[in-house]
Amino acid sequence: MEYFINISYIVASALFIFGIKMLGSADTARRGNMISSIGMLIAVIVTLLNRDVNDGNSLSFGLIAVGLLIGAGIGVFAAKKVQMTGMPELVALFNGFGGLASLLVGWAEFAKEGNFDKSEYPVFTAAAVVFAVLVGGITFTGSLIAYLKLSGKMGGSATVFPGQKALNALVFVALLVFGVIFVVNGEAWALYVVIALSLLLGVLGVIPIGGGDMPVVISFLNSFSGIAASAAGFVILNNVLIVAGCLVGASGIILTVIMCKAMNRTLANVLFGGFGSSSSKAQEVEGEMKALSVEDAFYVLEAAQSVIFVPGYGMAVAQAQHAVKELAEILEDNGCEVRHAIHPVAGRMPGHMNVLLAEADVPYEQLCEMDDVNAIMETVDVAIVIGANDVVNPAAAEDESSPIYGMPIINVHQAKSVFALKRGQGAGFSGLVNTLFFRENTRMIYGDAKETITGLVSQFKD
Amino acid sequence: MELILLVFVFVMAVFLGFELIQKVPSQLHTPLMSGSNAISGITIVGALLAAGVVEGSLGKWLGFAALILATINVVGGYMVTDRMLGMFKKKGK
Repeated sequence: MEYFINISYIVASALFIFGIKMLGSADTARRGNMISSIGMLIAVIVTLLNRDVNDGNSLSFGLIAVGLLIGAGIGVFAAKKVQMTGMPELVALFNGFGGLASLLVGWAEFAKEGNFDKSEYPVFTAAAVVFAVLVGGITFTGSLIAYLKLSGKMGGSATVFPGQKALNALVFVALLVFGVIFVVNGEAWALYVVIALSLLLGVLGVIPIGGGDMPVVISFLNSFSGIAASAAGFVILNNVLIVAGCLVGASGIILTVIMCKAMNRTLANVLFGGFGSSSSKAQEVEGEMKALSVEDAFYVLEAAQSVIFVPGYGMAVAQAQHAVKELAEILEDNGCEVRHAIHPVAGRMPGHMNVLLAEADVPYEQLCEMDDVNAIMETVDVAIVIGANDVVNPAAAEDESSPIYGMPIINVHQAKSVFALKRGQGAGFSGLVNTLFFRENTRMIYGDAKETITGLVSQFKD
Repeated sequence: MELILLVFVFVMAVFLGFELIQKVPSQLHTPLMSGSNAISGITIVGALLAAGVVEGSLGKWLGFAALILATINVVGGYMVTDRMLGMFKKKGK
């Protein structure tokens, strides 16, 4: 039986590997997800066959079934109910649950010994317990804060206060110290302190990070949840946890690096920079913002040969993706070439805009990556910026004193004209003034993005 | 000895993970993230073992809580990823 279980774990690991590989290509992604879920099912079923699990003096199968049903019920409900615009916070929330589960597994393994203060406990296992608890705890509260920020239940801007970095460093060092104490003497109180501190560190670590940096944070926490699972695998000496956790850890790190590169910032700068706190100084920009009515915009669009949409987080907030799709279709029927230019960090999670536009049935061929669009920008008649800000700020390319200088942007300012859809005159998430809005070729269309675009659509229909 | 073997597995898995995901097109970043997030719910196996093997009542209930949380992570993660990929699919042709 033992052999059968272990071989099944190997099969499950192989299915995860295949699954992740297939997730990397558009044609096979859905099957890949299916395959990895089959791997998960196999792992769960054979674990139930483990003699120790059903030896009767612990949780009965009945209770285990209850646990599975409760969890599955909540999971199905959340997955079915969520709106596509709410995807980032849901992923963050799931992620946090995974982290907390790993923490509890580490803790339970400790608790099962009962009399842990004997020195019988192997040092390695104790270290693994500390690690699983530490990473799991940070993942849990960190993801929770990310969830609160993304869902708007908590202000999205960075929360910074004097001495914050020193405090975080102090908590971190204390974590290590108590972790070592626990490993050495195996006493329960030390583990409880580690649990408390790691939960605290998750909160402290994420509050100074602003909403626009969330793509990085989510990927990073995703990686953490994998590492936590891997650590839990070392606690219970289980291969499949180690392999699967590790794969997730690695993929999360890669995504994190991609996101950081797309903003031309280092991970350290994102995590500790306090970017996007409201303390930015006001800048002087020449020129003025010129407003345009929906009606006038319509006349320009009617004559346009080539139009590019540049969506940002504002499109998600306004739920404007379906309206955008409708307008794009009308423009195409009008003989205009339409593209959607997607910046890698537009929105609040990696690939956020792709998901929204896919939901609205925007054809795949119309989605363009930044570099492809920039190459043809000068031939574009109208670039319509929908609730995007920093990713189209020309200061990143031109103003060396700008905090975002060097960040790759979509060069909409090179288009013949730019329509910027925006709610008001405020600055973007980074607190920077966007010089794009003051350019000769830029016109501001104020108001809710969805209403504006719906307005344009009805103009075309009349 | 078993420990060294596990560490070996760990290191290999790190390299494998990096190799697998090097070049993912950006439109798949979200599904990749939520799909791998579901895989991180593998800790459900740990939860089952903890809940099932443990004798003391504290450990048992910790395992039970871990089981529920990990199940939410796994089931929700896979389903939401599938839903997303379903939307990608239909306009593929």
